Amino acid sequence: MELLRYILRRTVLSAFVVVGVTFLVFVVAQVVPSDPAALYAGPRPTAEQIEKARQELNLDAPLPARFATFAAAMATGDFGVSYKSRRLIAEDLRSYLPATLELAVFSTGLALLIGIPLGVLAAARQGKWPDRLGSFSSIAAVAMPTFFLAMILQLVFAQWLGILPLSGRLSREISISAPLPMVTGFNMIDALLAGRIDAFGNALTHLILPALTLASYPAGVAMRLTRSAMIEILERRHVAAARALGLSEPRILFGHALPNAMGPALTVIGLSFAYALTGAVLVEIIFAWPGLGRYVSEAILAKDFPVIAAVTMVVTICYVVMNLMIDIAQALVDPRVALS
Amino acid sequence: MTLLDVRNLSVSIPTPEGDVHAVRSVDLSIERGEIHGVIGESGCGKTMTGMAMLGLVPQGARIAADRFHFDGEDLSENASRLRGRRIGLISQDPAAALNPVLSIARQMDDVLSAHRDMPRQTRHAEAAALLAATGLPDPEKVLKSYPHQLSGGMQQRVVIAQALATGADFLIADEPTTALDVSVGAQVLALLRRLVSERGLTVLMITHDMDVIAEACDRATVLYAGRSVETGPVDDVLRRPGHPYTRALLAALPDAGPHGARLAAIEGSIPPPRIAIAGCAFAPRCPQAMLVCAAEPPPMRARATHRWLCHLPEDAA
Ligand SMILES: Nc1ncnc2c1ncn2[C@@H]1O[C@H](COP(=O)(O)OP(=O)(O)OP(=O)(O)O)[C@@H](O)[C@H]1O
Ligand code: SF4
Ligand SMILES: [Mg+2]
Repeated sequence: MELLRYILRRTVLSAFVVVGVTFLVFVVAQVVPSDPAALYAGPRPTAEQIEKARQELNLDAPLPARFATFAAAMATGDFGVSYKSRRLIAEDLRSYLPATLELAVFSTGLALLIGIPLGVLAAARQGKWPDRLGSFSSIAAVAMPTFFLAMILQLVFAQWLGILPLSGRLSREISISAPLPMVTGFNMIDALLAGRIDAFGNALTHLILPALTLASYPAGVAMRLTRSAMIEILERRHVAAARALGLSEPRILFGHALPNAMGPALTVIGLSFAYALTGAVLVEIIFAWPGLGRYVSEAILAKDFPVIAAVTMVVTICYVVMNLMIDIAQALVDPRVALS
Repeated sequence: MTLLDVRNLSVSIPTPEGDVHAVRSVDLSIERGEIHGVIGESGCGKTMTGMAMLGLVPQGARIAADRFHFDGEDLSENASRLRGRRIGLISQDPAAALNPVLSIARQMDDVLSAHRDMPRQTRHAEAAALLAATGLPDPEKVLKSYPHQLSGGMQQRVVIAQALATGADFLIADEPTTALDVSVGAQVLALLRRLVSERGLTVLMITHDMDVIAEACDRATVLYAGRSVETGPVDDVLRRPGHPYTRALLAALPDAGPHGARLAAIEGSIPPPRIAIAGCAFAPRCPQAMLVCAAEPPPMRARATHRWLCHLPEDAA
């Protein structure tokens, strides 16, 4: 009951955030450009063309009406056309968004899988060599510039060892010779749906290096947060009580202390996800990954406001939904959260 | 039969400001099937004595003893193996002893699966049975709960059930009633008494409350500044105390007063745990102190199994 009320409250709050961001995006995309019509009309427009654009964009309507139209369009996924390419933005997003989400989910998973156990280990061996080594690695992981790490990984795994592909989302043999039918846009899921194990493996191997690159920073943060949370929790009385009850040390660390330290770890999911959604530009460029980061960076250079607006909206919604899920997970892990 | 036999136990904790002598010299002899009270002012080493038996002293602490035997096994080597198997802990604050984010079912099951070789279903039934044995009315409901959903008295019963789940036959109860209401505390004491007689348990009852000694214990040991200064059957210790400190403790008992604040009523305070003490540690506060008291360690006085350390002759007590 408490839990349901809590979830409802968080959902309403999230909806407010989305509305707020919609308004900001509207202001930035529709109001700030000195003359959206001139931008829309293309390079060196005539006065006539601008006037036509003005009518098409409905720029003469009063602001509240324009916002209502804008919000309704956003809600139905009608993001309009790109000023630059004249392509439907919704069409573009159908392939770019899954590519980026794939990367975000994978790198976040990797970050947690690497960061949390190392953090637990470091806390359990506080001050000893596993802790020192872990702390050093986490600083390195956080401080290392992504492009540098990306280059090293490419050099080692693609160039020298030759066990992973250098870049791209799929090998040419697959994307050109035997393309996957696009159902979800997530290559691995589409491969499974089509029963193509070869394509699944191919998509997975392409994902590893960019995901590892992106995971480095959040993994370092996850390690440090888990470590400090665990150190604090291992001091608590219920841990001594668990020891006095004769539970094994791994059971105490992972079964008893870690669930108490999940708060910070879950926070890292949000951070890592946001980082992968919008901070991935460099990584997407280096690994020729056709995702949102590349898409939006080109739009920014071209002052392609509808694209910027659409990407901002989509990223916001992804992020808000992610945070909502984290909040709910938080309440499921720790039943006291729903009470506050 | 003696279950626990401790001679001259000491625990020193190194700190940057010097060694803390948390326990200086404790003798304890606990018979199987008894509730043995340990009483003394705050900071006199009660908890650390219990923790030494569990092998749970702070990092770097040194434990030494002339004898430190539990059922014939040397605790200085086997404490970590015996804890949670034969020796259990019931601590002062049950809310802190339970994991806040795990259900009672999970916490009971963890203990049972660590100690008993039984399938999941049987463990669940056993957990419910143990909770029922501690007097919890609706074990299935308790199993589904989280600690914050239970009252303090219920939490303490869960902690006791966990200790029983390990199969331990010796429980160290460190002020098990301090955090509870007086009436709930009395119920918990009655429960421990019942478990001792029904299951043949032995309990070391740490307290700073003479009422707990009187209500629940068979024999008692008085600690002062990390030393056991008097021990004997509760009737003897309470009615004919030998050590002036025990007499002061009893004299400080108000007829009615706030729970727990009672021992503060003795004039002065215990010596700081870092200094070395040559003679009787109680000398600065003792109304009967003599010149010899501060200089030389007091000798053992005895009346049958009732023993104490004091320079005063037996008949002065
Ligand atoms: N981790 C520690 N480091 C240094 N000194 C400590 C530590 N734990 C306890 N001490 C000291 O050891 C002495 C004995 O402590 P202990 O907890 O055994 O007392 P106690 O009799 O249980 O007191 P209380 O009634 O307050 O629980 C105290 O002086 C205390 O300050
Ligand atoms: S030895 Fe001396 S100071 Fe100590 S309790 Fe006895 S009379 Fe008092
Ligand atoms: Mg204590």
